[in-house]
Amino acid sequence: MTVEYIVFGVMFVVALGSSLAMLFAKNAVHAALFLVATQIALAIAFLLQGAFFVAAIQIILYAGAIMVLFLFVIMLLGVDRQEALVEPLPGQRPLAIGLGALLATEILWIAFRGLDLVAAGGGGGEALTGLNRDPGNVKALAGSLFGKYTFPFEATSVLLVVAIVGVMMLARRINALSSGDRVAETDAAREDLVAGRRGAA
Amino acid sequence: MTLGAYLPILFLVILSTAFAVLSIVAASKLSPRNWTAAKRTAYESGIVPEHDIERERFPVKFYLVAMLFIIFDIETVFLYPWAVAFEDLKLFGLIEMLAFIAILLAAYVYVWRRGGLEWAE
Amino acid sequence: MSGLIDFIGAVVIIAVVKTIIVFGALLLLTLLVIWFERKVIADMQSRVGPNRWGPFGLLQALADGMKLFFKEDFRPANADRWGFAVAPVAAVVPAFLAIAVVPVGDHITIGDRRVDFILSDINVGVLYFLAMGSLGVYGVILAGWASGSKYPLLGAVRSTAQVISYEIALGLSLVPIALVAGSLSLGDIVATQGGNVGEVTFFDGIPLLEQVQGIFSFVPNWYIWSQWPAFVIFFIAGIAETNRAPFDLPEAETELIAGYHTEYSGIRFAMFFLGEYIHVMVISAMAVTLFFGGWQGPAPDFLAWLWPLLWFLAKSTVFVYLFVWLRATLPRLRYDRLMWLGWKRLIPAALLWIMITATVNTEGVSRPVRLAVFGVLIVVILLWVGRGDPRLTDLVARERTSHGSA
Repeated sequence: MTVEYIVFGVMFVVALGSSLAMLFAKNAVHAALFLVATQIALAIAFLLQGAFFVAAIQIILYAGAIMVLFLFVIMLLGVDRQEALVEPLPGQRPLAIGLGALLATEILWIAFRGLDLVAAGGGGGEALTGLNRDPGNVKALAGSLFGKYTFPFEATSVLLVVAIVGVMMLARRINALSSGDRVAETDAAREDLVAGRRGAA
Repeated sequence: MTLGAYLPILFLVILSTAFAVLSIVAASKLSPRNWTAAKRTAYESGIVPEHDIERERFPVKFYLVAMLFIIFDIETVFLYPWAVAFEDLKLFGLIEMLAFIAILLAAYVYVWRRGGLEWAE
Repeated sequence: MSGLIDFIGAVVIIAVVKTIIVFGALLLLTLLVIWFERKVIADMQSRVGPNRWGPFGLLQALADGMKLFFKEDFRPANADRWGFAVAPVAAVVPAFLAIAVVPVGDHITIGDRRVDFILSDINVGVLYFLAMGSLGVYGVILAGWASGSKYPLLGAVRSTAQVISYEIALGLSLVPIALVAGSLSLGDIVATQGGNVGEVTFFDGIPLLEQVQGIFSFVPNWYIWSQWPAFVIFFIAGIAETNRAPFDLPEAETELIAGYHTEYSGIRFAMFFLGEYIHVMVISAMAVTLFFGGWQGPAPDFLAWLWPLLWFLAKSTVFVYLFVWLRATLPRLRYDRLMWLGWKRLIPAALLWIMITATVNTEGVSRPVRLAVFGVLIVVILLWVGRGDPRLTDLVARERTSHGSA
């Protein structure tokens, strides 16, 4: 048990430290990498709770997929190494503070409610221990995901479809803009070429 | 204690990180160090680099691929618990997942038809 | 209380010893695999290959490693100092970690304690393998960005797009295995492949196939027989994940010099190299574990713990050889062809195969349905393979007509 506490302590420090480092990093790529470190630390925190499946998903989806997208966008936009200090959205800061406070309240509320639930379950959540026993909570999770929550699960697919359509629309717009540039460039180049030939003739 | 199974992974993290870091540090102490300005310019086949990489721009296709990757990764992640519990879920589980995959396949066909998967200019 | 401490102490000691052995074995095997690759490729190209250091040139890789260790290790002036230092470590650590869930042998009993030949038989082993694969991207992306140079950046962006594209196919190709095994633990997956196929009744009533189905009963009960489409997808995606030929576009020397590690020299370059070779071994080991019965094989009672280990190494060597063979044979894919294969072929094929496996394995699905699925599958695959890429056939047709007219 002591090993668990030590690992938990280290992960807590890493998660908090890298989140703070992300906030104060001057470089966008560095900030994204600190966020990756936070995600990995959170995955290990999940692991310590016995949520093996969620831990694996945390790494595959957050650290492996979403952060790659972040890095891609940073590279794609060719962001300067120094963070741009112009804020495009007016009132961004007060809005962020307000929403952040809301989120913090929500998390605290859920945490306290969870404590109540565990206490009601009796003996520090023995009901949870039963679910988490091998062959793993994957089956228990599947049972409720595909049994009790069938409709939300199917709704997820619709959500993903909406996301795909949205991505396509965005990409098409950007593509149209950039290919427009290219046409202009090639037109100009052709004119140059023709003019050059004429000059030579 | 199922967590005990993860102990060797923890040791492997420590061991492999230590190996990589220590050998890099040791090599930097043991190898010659004669950094000249010419040596330290970015390699561009012998040509003096024209502009910084910060001005590089990449086709929007890469962004598209990363987005589609996330969406399909989420789908994959849903498939695993379903596959493991398939014996218990029976026919209902099959129909449920076939519907899920069918909806996403429709979106996939849409992306294909819209040219989202085309890479040749 | 002292019993508990004793227990924890023994577990920790076993874990430490196992970790050190696996780590050392991986380093040693890397040296051997590099030598093996160079020798085999040399043989395929009618050359001798390394023959200077040690018997048959066995120590060549070690000599190269030592050389790289003592070479100057410099950093471009406009590189990002921090990222440039972290990238080689980020490339090599996930590669090492992936081997932790692969069972390399059966078990051995020391005293009254059972020690399994696997580092961690965790119950989400398959997902752990995929997670380490997805973390492997960071070494590449970071190296490319931090070098402050154009070729590495191009190589890194290419490589990342390639790896994430094939990661979907890789993830999807293992879903049917999880489905038939009913577990994500690699230990369980190997255990379900024990013994022989047994009596086959699948083709009863079909002439020809009915007569030959008897021979199948002696065949080991590996997943490759029923899951070979999953294996094909897995192995192609696995090669792409390792960035090796014919998917070695990220380091295409004709266009990108050396891709994401162009600016790396000395020991840091060696780290990327090491990561790639460990990755090759991990993919080979995973192929053996998931589709070819893992460490299982006929073994005498004498030294019973050793034979599974040897079987595992022998089977894995076959796949390492396959990696080398492909590198010696196939030219590099063009980027659009790579994306075409990943997105337009492997992903739909994997999804289709998941649906087929699920349908066939559903309780109560009758034999005619299974046979019909089997027949349709064969027809679909034949049509698909026969069709090829329409653009390619167009191109060939155009070539032909232009030659005809000329």
